[in-house]
Amino acid sequence: MLILTCPCCGVTGEETEFHQGGEAHLKRFGPGSTDDDFHTYMFAKENPKGAHFERWRHNNGCGKWFIMARDTLTLEVYGTYPAQTHEPPKHIRDAITAKRPGWTWRAFA
Amino acid sequence: MSTRLATGGRLLDRSRALEFTFNGKRLRGHPGDTLASALLANDQMLVGRSFKYHRPRGIVASGAEEPNALVGLGEGARFEPNQRATTTELFDGLTCTSQNHWPSLETDIGAVNTHLARFLPAGFYYKMFIHPRPFWKHVYEPFIRQSAGLGRATNPGDPDRYEHFHFFCDVAVIGGGVAGLQAALTAAEAGAKVLLMEQTAHWGGRAPVDGGDIDGQPVAGWIAATLAKLQDMPHVTLRLRCMGAGVYDHGYLLGYERVADHTPGTDAPRHRLWRIRAGQIITATGAIERPLSFAGNDIPGVMLASAVRDYAVDFGVSVGDRTVVVTNNDDAYRTAITLKKLGLEIPVILDARQSGGGALADEARSMGIRVENGKGIAKVKGGKRVTAVAICAQAGEGALLEEIKCDVVAMSGGWSPVVHLWSHCGGKLIWDEAHAHFRPDPANPPKGASGEGFVIPAGAANGADDLASVVADAHGAGQAAVKAMGHKPKGKAPEASTLPEAPMQPVWLMPQGAKTALRMKAWLDYQNDVKVSDVQLAAREGYESVEHAKRYTTLGMATDQGKLSNINGLAILSDALGQPIPQTGTTTFRPPYTPISLAAIAGGARGPVFQPVRKTPMHSWHEAHGADFEPVGQWRRPYCFARGEEGRHEAVAREIRQTRESVGLLDASTLGKIIVKGPDAGRFLDMLYTGMMSTLRPGKCRYGLMCNENGFLMDDGVVVRLDEETFLCHTTTGGAESVHGHMEDWLQCEWWDWKVYTANVTEQYAQIAVAGPNARKLLQKLSNDDLTADALPFMGWLEAGIAGIPARVHRISFTGELSFELAVPASRGRALWDALLEAGEEFGVMPYGTEAMHVMRAEKGFIMIGDETDGTVIPQDLGLNWAISKKKADYIGKRAQEREHMADPNRWKLVGLETLDGEVLPDGAYATAPGRNANGQRKTQGRVTSTYHSPTLGRGIAMGLVHRGPDRMGEVLDFPKLDGGIVKARIVDPVFYDKDGEKQNV
Repeated sequence: MLILTCPCCGVTGEETEFHQGGEAHLKRFGPGSTDDDFHTYMFAKENPKGAHFERWRHNNGCGKWFIMARDTLTLEVYGTYPAQTHEPPKHIRDAITAKRPGWTWRAFA
Repeated sequence: MSTRLATGGRLLDRSRALEFTFNGKRLRGHPGDTLASALLANDQMLVGRSFKYHRPRGIVASGAEEPNALVGLGEGARFEPNQRATTTELFDGLTCTSQNHWPSLETDIGAVNTHLARFLPAGFYYKMFIHPRPFWKHVYEPFIRQSAGLGRATNPGDPDRYEHFHFFCDVAVIGGGVAGLQAALTAAEAGAKVLLMEQTAHWGGRAPVDGGDIDGQPVAGWIAATLAKLQDMPHVTLRLRCMGAGVYDHGYLLGYERVADHTPGTDAPRHRLWRIRAGQIITATGAIERPLSFAGNDIPGVMLASAVRDYAVDFGVSVGDRTVVVTNNDDAYRTAITLKKLGLEIPVILDARQSGGGALADEARSMGIRVENGKGIAKVKGGKRVTAVAICAQAGEGALLEEIKCDVVAMSGGWSPVVHLWSHCGGKLIWDEAHAHFRPDPANPPKGASGEGFVIPAGAANGADDLASVVADAHGAGQAAVKAMGHKPKGKAPEASTLPEAPMQPVWLMPQGAKTALRMKAWLDYQNDVKVSDVQLAAREGYESVEHAKRYTTLGMATDQGKLSNINGLAILSDALGQPIPQTGTTTFRPPYTPISLAAIAGGARGPVFQPVRKTPMHSWHEAHGADFEPVGQWRRPYCFARGEEGRHEAVAREIRQTRESVGLLDASTLGKIIVKGPDAGRFLDMLYTGMMSTLRPGKCRYGLMCNENGFLMDDGVVVRLDEETFLCHTTTGGAESVHGHMEDWLQCEWWDWKVYTANVTEQYAQIAVAGPNARKLLQKLSNDDLTADALPFMGWLEAGIAGIPARVHRISFTGELSFELAVPASRGRALWDALLEAGEEFGVMPYGTEAMHVMRAEKGFIMIGDETDGTVIPQDLGLNWAISKKKADYIGKRAQEREHMADPNRWKLVGLETLDGEVLPDGAYATAPGRNANGQRKTQGRVTSTYHSPTLGRGIAMGLVHRGPDRMGEVLDFPKLDGGIVKARIVDPVFYDKDGEKQNV
């Protein structure tokens, strides 16, 4: 059971206080998009062995969504940051680089 | 014969006797006994039968690793199957029974299997029971189920109390032996908050039995002194009878405390589950002795050498008069020396090592014990008890050198560190060639949130093999733990000394060249009857992965999870595959370490507090008036209100008739109610619903459908526009929280610049539907406000005073009747309910339940989320295109619904189904189509989604999804029933009642 820190209210709590919401930093494809783009948006999710970006909601707390950068292999938490972000902040990316030099995740590195 | 010695037994209180029964036999023991030691003291070596061959089974071990001595403990509601006698503390009045035999333990019919063993090798079930195919369901499976399972479960309800306990500490130490005590002391002296737990009832582990000195005093004295120091420290918590059950992510640790197993009938909870968050976890879990694989090693009387010693030293029990010791290491000599000192016979020590033992061997020889180097056991003689051993050269094939009479064989194949808790959360192992065991790999510990290791092994669990290195290693572990927690390590390791030992030598099969006949009698897994020959067969048949071989042979799959058998099994597998042991690897160690009670996992969450029940303001009225409750989400809703002798069916019919003919009341308070407010609220709801909500005028209501991004229908309900900026969204009863979460997801993560605020106000309002031709008359009796069709048309709402209570009155209808839904503050709900019942008396008003509501909505062809939808249905399938806006560029799910297969005319679509003879279609029945599919099953062309008896129409009505359904009106489909019959039903319009809506629109 993971321990998470909500970047909105600052609470550090047990995983049961939160709810996982799948991959973060998705770009939505709506009407007018190609079948391929829509399919990729909807179903083709990253499944890395290493650094990963996930959406979490503090649903038994402040109710806010946030993003967690986590290592799927070691369970290390590189950090959490608000969901209203288009790309991972630099200090998160630096933390990942320190442990996993040369990492990439979709368009990020 | 096993018996109680005249003296000795360091854990016993001989001044008191305890009575207990085994299979109805009255026996006696002492406080301090385990059930196993007390049984042995009463010469009860035979304690059970094995799973497959029903072979006689005796006690093998003295601790948690015991595979054989499993008993049914207690009686009645407190009966528990598969309890290990070796870890059960004796108490006065204990009752237990042996398992897996018929008619009795001594004479068991199932033992015939042992003569069929040649025909029942590994994989027998897989090979035998596959042909002919139909036999599986009707012959094989019932037969196998009958013979499966060791103990028998009972379920009359558990009379005991269980609880959870949350605990936080810097350092949690698992295991209260010498290593655990030292590690805890080192950590505590540096200032860390420490929890030390020990699974047995005693501190100190094996050390007092094995001997040695620490800091110049005998180990028992050091244990007492160290314990006293720890007890004096306020930041140290000590717990006996508390097992480290599992290590999980980020320092989460489960402890399983058997608080009152040994004191039944006291007020204490029986078990307590410790839910611990530890900064660092030290696993001082010791080591487990390994059996040796020789023919007949499962005959009662063959035991682990350490266990024979434990029973003598700890419990003053002689397991037998003549003990042959067989070993590949020095430790087992301690057993011979201990027994000899007690005056018991050691006819011979068989040391498989050609070079023999060290100082302990010299001591044994000096006591006059015969020691044979390079020798082993070819075969054990005996049936329900050992009678003799046949000696052979370990290097040979088992030619008989000599037969020696004995009644106990004390065996030792070396020691395996208990690495389970290290491994639970991903700690890796390395193979230690010198000791022939797996031990924790210090470079690969389980890692926590910081990316650093959070588990540290200590002592024998880390591969330390003598007292001095155990103590030094444990001190180092304590220091590492406090350092990781930011404390400054203090102190130095105490000095310890024992006799030096000669190196052990791995022996995986005895003799090493044993032929098939011997290998077929050389047991690896005692409980599941897996032999050396079975593992070799698995390797020959291609089950080369250790995980496959485990499942094919069932090695290590019994309740002991292979604590004794796994290492020997995978050594045999490695040998058969011609590869080194580390290449074969181990199977996965999974929590819990030993079985823990399900009741402890449940803790206090049972009965009324299992899940909080949500109650509407009218709940107590329902309870007082015969409500037959059904769970809907966390709510309890009345299914119907039965009167007198009335059955459910009659009650539902009465409620429907009353509502259709006059007026009825529904407690609709459970409906989800979410306020959506802000300048962008309309724009947001246009994205959320398939229909257009931004054009809804204040004072109006509109039915809305909500889809997920994959296009599938997820919820529906009426949207009310309260004012220019404010909407009230009704959701299904079960959907309020998830819909609210869905809204927040899109608002926070996609359209975070939109100015919208949401609030789930479900419990702030009580809601009552007043439905039926007399609904308006009833309300008008209680209100001076104008509720006529002109003032309040269908799908409109207004604020009115009803019985003096300010209410929001909606003209919406789920029954098809003239219907008003009244929303009032929750605190006024019961008052309004009472007022409506009183004023409605002249109309015969009565409440109706959820079933009447379901039937009435089905008569009207209204869909129900969860009946007509199942996560694969889109609104277009349900003929709900009218509720999908053509003008909107986008809504959640729109793009998905444009996919080719979503727009396919061949989809199953909603229709009404009318049985030809008026009977009720079975729920979920499929309509068959001509032909069969690849599996030989009938093809299908539709299924029933809702089916009821309609009291209004006097026959069965149903809705269903049918291939091209709406294009096939009038066609008759066949719906098979479970009993083999067929119901014929005609495809009709789903609206069975008042097609033009004249009744609701008055």
